[in-house]
Amino acid sequence: MLTPSQTVGPFFGHALPYEGGPDLVPDGYPGAITVTGRVLDGAGEPVPDAMLELWTGEAGTRGVLRRGGEGACGFGRCATAPDGTYRFRTAPPAGPYLALLVFARGLLCAVATRIYLQDGPDPLLDSLEPERRATLIAQRDGGVYRFDVRLQGEGETVFLEF
Amino acid sequence: MIHPPNLSPGYRSTLLRAPSKPAVAFKADPDAIELTSPVFGHGEVGALDADLTRQHAGEPIGERIIVTGRILDDSGHPIRNTLVEVWQANAAGRYAHEGDRHPAPLDPNFTGAGRCLTDGEGRYRFVTIKPGAYPWRNHPNAWRPAHIHFSVFGTAFTQRLVTQMYFPGDPLFPFDPIMQSVPDPVVRERLVAAFDLDVTEPEWALGYRFDVVLGRTPMED
Repeated sequence: MLTPSQTVGPFFGHALPYEGGPDLVPDGYPGAITVTGRVLDGAGEPVPDAMLELWTGEAGTRGVLRRGGEGACGFGRCATAPDGTYRFRTAPPAGPYLALLVFARGLLCAVATRIYLQDGPDPLLDSLEPERRATLIAQRDGGVYRFDVRLQGEGETVFLEF
Repeated sequence: MIHPPNLSPGYRSTLLRAPSKPAVAFKADPDAIELTSPVFGHGEVGALDADLTRQHAGEPIGERIIVTGRILDDSGHPIRNTLVEVWQANAAGRYAHEGDRHPAPLDPNFTGAGRCLTDGEGRYRFVTIKPGAYPWRNHPNAWRPAHIHFSVFGTAFTQRLVTQMYFPGDPLFPFDPIMQSVPDPVVRERLVAAFDLDVTEPEWALGYRFDVVLGRTPMED
């Protein structure tokens, strides 16, 4: 009796994003990292109306809708800019990856993937062809991790089916 | 098949956005963080967040309605204290979103966004106004049936669901490629709320019931 999925549509921007949503930790938080990139469609064009949700796996984390103070939380939400970019600031996860959901007009179901902060032995990564494996591994530049989501076509990101 | 296929050509925006490769089956090893979910607290959700008719100085124009139901897992167990978010167009079929160019009036007393946490029985309840149908440019003379968007979390990131609730008897159903993207007509009907006289409040508002059933967490398999 499961309820089927429907698209988030183009008009969620006045409802779902909230103040501080992309910042899982406050500015200056020790060890904080930035995860940023673009969402691209099958023509390589930016997707300006996507919404991304990041989950670091801190089960039981509270206070994620209202930010402020010095604490960290485990969940973030970020709408893409007109050029398809997104940006999160988070504490590094306990494990090797961050969980990511992408919602957009034209996606009837959200797509789920993982952002691995570095390559290494891993049950999921090891099950993939090298070219596909590479789509899940962020490129590091200091404290900034770059991770593009390619919804379709060349370099298409690996998505997970739950 | 429960969910719509990624590529549903009748809905044009899927053509360049639907992934072309099959999704990789998720393996629920005990360390998989997707088996957990953020927990939202009562301190984060205001009392008026669930009443979309009382978020401004005056009352919005339109037909006042109550929408209530339960968030359940696939065994029928209630999912308690989970966040439910809704958003919708106003009674004229216009979203309070800068990108909406439909030449219908905005309502200064209606934003069309609400949220609440489910209670101990998995129940949510919103007071709002019935949204209007609106045109879109998917194909000639394309109109979306009236709908309320729902966003639900559940107890695992694997259960996260965004969907749309429709109103019973809408003549636009057969012409809407988004609703029709759900291939099984029996499953599609689950997106349609039921009018409920028991939810309806005399001299006040019509009542609709809409339950949302989330997928199982893979750990339970």
